[in-house]
Amino acid sequence: MFNIESWQEIFDTIRKNKLRTFLTAISVASGIFILVILLGFNSGIANGVRSQFEQDATNRIVVSTRTTTKGYKGLNPGRRLKMRNADYENFNRKYEDQIEYKTSLFNTWGGQVNYQDKQGSYRIEGAFPDQQFIENADLTSGRFLSEVDVKESRKVAVLGYQMKQDLFKDEDPIGKTIRVNNDVNFNVIGVYTDPGGSREETRLFIPMTTAQQVFRAGDTINRIAYTVKMSENFDEAVATSAAMAASIEQDLREKFVVAPDDRSAIRVFDTLEEAKKIYGLIDRIRAVFWFIGIGTIVAGVVGVGNIMLIIVKERTKEIGIRKALGALPNTIIWMVLQESIFITAIAGLLGLFAGVGLLEIVGPMIEQDFIRFPKVDFNTSITTVVILIVAGTLAGYIPARRAANIKPIDALRDE
Amino acid sequence: MIEISNLHKSYKTGSNYLHVLKGIDFSVKEGELVAIMGSSGSGKSTLLNILGMLDEADEGSYVLDGVPIKNLNEKIAAKYRNKFLGFIFQSFNLISYKNAMDNVALPLYYQKVGRRERDERAMHYLEKVGLADWADHLPNQLSGGQKQRVAIARALASDPKVLLADEPTGALDTKTSYEVMDLIQGINEEGRTILVVTHEPDIAQMTKRIVNLKDGRIIDDTLVDQVKALSHV
Repeated sequence: MFNIESWQEIFDTIRKNKLRTFLTAISVASGIFILVILLGFNSGIANGVRSQFEQDATNRIVVSTRTTTKGYKGLNPGRRLKMRNADYENFNRKYEDQIEYKTSLFNTWGGQVNYQDKQGSYRIEGAFPDQQFIENADLTSGRFLSEVDVKESRKVAVLGYQMKQDLFKDEDPIGKTIRVNNDVNFNVIGVYTDPGGSREETRLFIPMTTAQQVFRAGDTINRIAYTVKMSENFDEAVATSAAMAASIEQDLREKFVVAPDDRSAIRVFDTLEEAKKIYGLIDRIRAVFWFIGIGTIVAGVVGVGNIMLIIVKERTKEIGIRKALGALPNTIIWMVLQESIFITAIAGLLGLFAGVGLLEIVGPMIEQDFIRFPKVDFNTSITTVVILIVAGTLAGYIPARRAANIKPIDALRDE
Repeated sequence: MIEISNLHKSYKTGSNYLHVLKGIDFSVKEGELVAIMGSSGSGKSTLLNILGMLDEADEGSYVLDGVPIKNLNEKIAAKYRNKFLGFIFQSFNLISYKNAMDNVALPLYYQKVGRRERDERAMHYLEKVGLADWADHLPNQLSGGQKQRVAIARALASDPKVLLADEPTGALDTKTSYEVMDLIQGINEEGRTILVVTHEPDIAQMTKRIVNLKDGRIIDDTLVDQVKALSHV
């Protein structure tokens, strides 16, 4: 089956029928090329959407309260709702089993921060140590807030990388003193980066207890943020997260006596629910791309099959002669199959290399919000190659069978 | 060499059966040169196809070189064709994209003979038909007579027991026809058994025996005084 003689025979045939070989090859190569590009961009879109979305932990629940907009049970609209430390502690106890990381937050917008002669306006945020994991923040130097910092209401601060660039340039900020609102001095203990980029790196984190003192907030808090423990089963985690979010919202509505249809007074944002939508979207995009890709391949295969059928038709007489000279039916099947597989494999590999090559060259330059670094991985390439070989065999088989069944007398009579 | 007895063959055309061969008894000894004659519809082509194992008889027996040819599947038929028979056709049936030498070598390829030996033997037979200088030419660069001589070389290449020629001069002018017949006579002189189907009496006269077919039966089977084709050229 794999002897050199039969390959020489195939090469002879191909060499002497350049046009039809070329046409067949083009249809396969372009099909694979399009499939590879599609799959590349699919991964690019998935990368892009993911990086947009995974700036913070994907399993967050964020609770915040604002002002009521509707009167309810004799209470006027326009009430300012304020959560207190006790609410936070209650929730911590009530949902202990579901909670992974937890923090309450108190922040001011546009706090003024000075270092020597440099100054800027930044968001100053009181938080617990877990905030680091909830924000997906990475430390470039120093450390994050600790339990002790919070407990002792220490005047320590963690800078965003962008802030460090603004205020310290190349200087090492660790251990230096910064002044907040021309009032209180803080000791810098760490610098963090955030996957959300420079916008998220213009925040100054200080211990929650310190923030409440410095900004004279008493025991009020702005927001509560949790991450939910992830279970093995993604859908189960989504359900747990959604149930917890709904339950917290219900607790707060009862406590503050808020109308059930007052959507803006109490906000509980469940990112896992969002994540599910986004991942669902990515999956759907992938399914659509594969569908289009497979469709393209099928079209290519049908094209090759068609061309092979025409070839067999065109070679009817030749096949009749070969059979009269002693060619076995299997030899004829193999002759047609071998040509089909050879052409699809070579043309497909060319298309594959062209597609992968283009993605390798152009891919790294593409870094936009929703498409990042399109590329195809090794497994996908192997899969396409296997699809190709199978497709080539399928495309060749029916014409090959037809060729083998040609009766020499009919073929030779066919003048 | 060939023994057939009581051979019947009919074809179904719509709801009717067309009885083409109605009991043929016929034998050919080694070294004979036989012409099978008859008008169209006499069954001579059907007989040749059965002899060539391209078609199978409904009834009767066919023994070729001591081997009963019966219940053939495609695979065995192909093997026997390759081993026992060489075909020469009216329309030459050369493969258009192969040069003369590769065409001649093709039956050897199906015998799984190695490339070098194949080429050597093909060259030998091309020399025999006087076309050694044309080995690299494609069929469309050859004249009709040359094409038929390449086809004869190809039929000889597998060293078959019997050559079957179906109207070998049907597509050629008289002079070329006689040249081809001269070649066929020469091959016969070397002892090879040859059957020629023809409807041309002058061609038939160049064989050693004429079998006349009419309506599916042999009506006449006579030895003739062979006319040497060379004397006409």
